[in-house]
Amino acid sequence: MIQDIDIADLKKITELIQVKYGYDFRNYAMSSFKRRMLRILELKSLSVESLLKKLQEQPTFIDEFLDELTVNVTEMFRDPGFWRIIRDEIIPGILLNHKQFKIWHAGCSSGEEVLSMTIVLKEMGILQDVQLYATDLDTTILEKAKQASYPIKNMELNEKNYIRYEGKGSLKDYYKEENGKAVFDKSLLQNVTFRKHDLVKGEVFNKFDLILCRNVMIYFNQTLQNEVLKKFHESMFKYGYLAIGSKESLIWCEVANKFLVVNNEEKVYKKIKD
Amino acid sequence: MDKYNLNNSYKAVVIGGSAGSFQGIVKILSQIPKNFHLPIIMCLHRLKHVRNGFVEALSIKSVVQVVEPNDKETIKKGGVYLAPSNYHMSVELGNHFAMSTEEMINNSRPAIDVTLGTAAYVYRDKLIGILLSGANRDGGLGMKNIKDKGGLTIVQEPSECMIDTMPKAALSLTQIDYTLKIDEIVEFLIELDKHYK
Repeated sequence: MIQDIDIADLKKITELIQVKYGYDFRNYAMSSFKRRMLRILELKSLSVESLLKKLQEQPTFIDEFLDELTVNVTEMFRDPGFWRIIRDEIIPGILLNHKQFKIWHAGCSSGEEVLSMTIVLKEMGILQDVQLYATDLDTTILEKAKQASYPIKNMELNEKNYIRYEGKGSLKDYYKEENGKAVFDKSLLQNVTFRKHDLVKGEVFNKFDLILCRNVMIYFNQTLQNEVLKKFHESMFKYGYLAIGSKESLIWCEVANKFLVVNNEEKVYKKIKD
Repeated sequence: MDKYNLNNSYKAVVIGGSAGSFQGIVKILSQIPKNFHLPIIMCLHRLKHVRNGFVEALSIKSVVQVVEPNDKETIKKGGVYLAPSNYHMSVELGNHFAMSTEEMINNSRPAIDVTLGTAAYVYRDKLIGILLSGANRDGGLGMKNIKDKGGLTIVQEPSECMIDTMPKAALSLTQIDYTLKIDEIVEFLIELDKHYK
């Protein structure tokens, strides 16, 4: 096992990806980016040289590479208290102004968060009134998200979270067990549009009433976090809501004064200035 | 005469612990000088889905308020930091923390190896690593990283540990500088702090 990797080698890899494939990882947080690279080298049994060669000569390898590089560890109803606030405060707040609205799950990974949201909306009886967009850089994981099918072994944790969220029924009401998988009712995803989108280079593509980007920007350095937060601000209607991870903060970023803290514990903010 | 022959070149103290380490940590945090000069960065195994309570419990007797930092929060002198539940906590170049939700390591998130290993990379020979009682091997590799970069390493005396798997893992992986009881660790930190006055 390779214990460490030089910054110079990391730069070689990010530059090659930047030039050949147009993805920019230069402003990713160093500690986790390094761990991801070491993980890929170990998983694929590659040296830095052979990885560079593979990226140069095998364009099909990039999807697999991105799938391993991005962190795709998530759970349904992560932070149940957050979901209670979404149900009891945030969505009612949006509904005061309009009956139909739009949500963006930025960096949706394998889809557990957007699926949780559809269950929240369904239990509120408004699923048909909401347009959801779920985006990720990683096309492999987007395909998984569209399947809405998860290993049964993950369901114990998901169920526990749902119970702590205090949902209306049981999570079992929404899925069937098939071949060791929990296969969720596809009708939950009827209003969800999955699409590939790169937060670093992607354009503002719509305006939203609620954006969720939880535990995604932790993989970016502060320069990039700042840029992405500007894009989110631009992608939101005035008085729209932004939710980030429980250990993230907006305080130091450029657009901080254009937001109001709605809930500091669960990190929900409201846009108050254009 | 100084017992541990220390100096003021160190920039941070990292502490790892798991099963059986809580009382020891509380003792350390309650007996160190009130204005301890270095940041103390702690990664302790904890219930993954209980976000509240732990930092409060640690703070009750601590001379300094313990905080669970946010992502990219600056590491301050004298700050006492605890890795939050369900996140790995890394030390980044540029003197701040970075959080991550990556896969569990050694069945743990936060994993001690992550905090200790990244701190070793950033602080190199200016780091003191302390590993306490615990039931798995997490932290052993992190202690080796610290030693390999020239940092100073301490494990809790195994006979004093409720469960000694963790310090023994470190002892088997690298040449640990000191094997100390909790009271001696406190004494060590008090002596260390005197060099910063």
